[in-house]
Amino acid sequence: MSEQIAPTRTPVFEARLKKRYAAEKRFRTMGLGAIVFSITVLLYLLGTMTLNGIGGFQRAEVAVPIDFTQAGISADPAVMDSSGAMQSLEDQGLPQVVQYFADEALGEEGAAQIGGQAWRDVAAAIAADPGIVERQETFWLPASANLASGYEGEGSQEMQALAASLAAEGKLEKNFDVGFFSRADATNPQQVGIWGALKGSILTMIVTLALAFPIGVLAALYLEEYAPKNKWTDVIELSINNLAAVPSIIFGLLGLAVFLTVFPNFRSAPLIGGMTLALMTMPVIVIAGRNAIKAVPPSIRDGALAVGASPVQVVFHHVLPLALPGILTGTIIGMARALGETAPLLMIGMRAFVASPPDDFTSPATVLPMQIFLWSDEIDRGFVERTSAAIIVLLLFLLVMNGLAIYLRNKFEKKW
Amino acid sequence: MVTVVHENLESTEAKMSARDVSVFYGDKKAIDNVSIDIPTEYVTAFIGPSGCGKSTFLRSLNRMNDTIPSARVEGEITLDGEDIYSPKLDVVQLRARVGMVFQKPNPFPKSIYENVAYGPKIHGFAEGKDELDAIVEKSLRRAGLWEEVKERLQDSGTALSGGQQQRLCIARAIAVDPEVILMDEPCSALDPIATAKIEELIDELNGRYAIVIVTHSMQQAARVSQRTAFFHLGKMVEYGRTSDIFTNPIEQRTQDYITGRYG
Repeated sequence: MSEQIAPTRTPVFEARLKKRYAAEKRFRTMGLGAIVFSITVLLYLLGTMTLNGIGGFQRAEVAVPIDFTQAGISADPAVMDSSGAMQSLEDQGLPQVVQYFADEALGEEGAAQIGGQAWRDVAAAIAADPGIVERQETFWLPASANLASGYEGEGSQEMQALAASLAAEGKLEKNFDVGFFSRADATNPQQVGIWGALKGSILTMIVTLALAFPIGVLAALYLEEYAPKNKWTDVIELSINNLAAVPSIIFGLLGLAVFLTVFPNFRSAPLIGGMTLALMTMPVIVIAGRNAIKAVPPSIRDGALAVGASPVQVVFHHVLPLALPGILTGTIIGMARALGETAPLLMIGMRAFVASPPDDFTSPATVLPMQIFLWSDEIDRGFVERTSAAIIVLLLFLLVMNGLAIYLRNKFEKKW
Repeated sequence: MVTVVHENLESTEAKMSARDVSVFYGDKKAIDNVSIDIPTEYVTAFIGPSGCGKSTFLRSLNRMNDTIPSARVEGEITLDGEDIYSPKLDVVQLRARVGMVFQKPNPFPKSIYENVAYGPKIHGFAEGKDELDAIVEKSLRRAGLWEEVKERLQDSGTALSGGQQQRLCIARAIAVDPEVILMDEPCSALDPIATAKIEELIDELNGRYAIVIVTHSMQQAARVSQRTAFFHLGKMVEYGRTSDIFTNPIEQRTQDYITGRYG
């Protein structure tokens, strides 16, 4: 009987063992391959975006020396402080002065080579320093859209030639466009800014967070800690899960039908946009919140109850602080999704041309992804780079928001 | 089958008493007609095989079963003659009077100080920081933990060893100055040395509080308790002096259990 081989030493077993190792190796390689592939695609995406986007933060500008001693523009410091500065300077003919000096500097049709609203840059400089009107000053003013595309080597032959000669004289160059971060939408890609959309996004996100977070957390707490488990709570749970999966355009229709009927004057406003996105974000927070609350060990609740804590004290002293990191993670996911959302906002009129940044929650606004969509739809080539720049701003905003949330989450985790 | 209650028990005043108590989980009867008096002066041990309902009965003594939606208690349980299931009684107050220590140490994930101070804080027992400090120190001393942790009261309670955590939980229970302390297999997750320390502690606390301890270990019941109740299949089979239960059990089932025939 000693010839009998132990079952783990038979050739069949060893062959099977080899097969198992091979399967494991295959699986590992596939997993690694998936990660390498994702990283490559991501890097390619970010790389092209950044390369394109860098141009979007710059604009072609022409040098225009303006001799104010001949212009006869007066800048009363008292008026310059107030918001009437623009109006006052326009009334005094500043646009014509700027066009005149553009002709002087750039030759015939020079005025056509600067952007139509270029005088506003000059006006802003005067408002900041009224002393300018006493002397001669060289301004870098945005080039017209045609000249800018000529500078890029596109458009008509004449424009390309003109751009080349101006560039050779040092009168045309690409400069970093600080104003991109303070202006709003415009028809000329040379004069657009991202601040309008960025501010719109910030205001919308504030409304969304202020509504979705407390409502979501309270709903999750009630459902987990207080609600009896019966068919009604089952129905509610099912509804919330379904709500999280509803296509976002449906929420837009809801916002249109409900919110805009109640507040008809707030079309395109961050308030309505935020309320609509809150509808979409809340179920995500409820689901993540319930899971986080469920994960708090029952022994902690028992411990607190056994020293005589009331149910509310158990929730606010123990369950909520322990669940908070998980709730915050869910909130980040929900908010990030809301930040990138365009479909529901289309329906409530946030797809609008808004030429000035929103003043408050009720003034017309657009949001970053919507701005990206609008610009990418423009025919003018100058918008291509601007679109990439806007995408970079959106991604950075997302990064800052998530970074903040992760910081908060870690802070709460450390404390406990 | 009727519960056998030994006749040689001195008629001491009962701190808590149960009369014909049955506990149901849904339709399932987990405890069947248990009547028992729990004295202040002694440690009472509940022993019995797994699933016999001893923990269920213990948890009905401070209404911890309320947290289980399907649980239902019939019969009468009184604390100092007051029905604890009466609608007039406040359950928060009851649990402050009847403290509990659980099977697995469950300190809050807060500092050692916060763990002990939590109960007194929510009940407003302390006026100001000094009084609270005093309560924390007194409770930790009584739980025999003060010397080990006095240098690191701000460290997390969960960073302590298992035995220390359990003593911290006892300190937490003591801090609200309860009249009864219920212990649900307090040593089952601990090593023998930590177990010995908890048992010493129970000895020291004996007399100051009415203590009820559920245990799997018959040796432990024999070591720490003066009264023992044997539970089997949801019924209390026999109740008497610990020494009598272990040396002269009247019921055959008790005899079988303590000699290790089943359980």
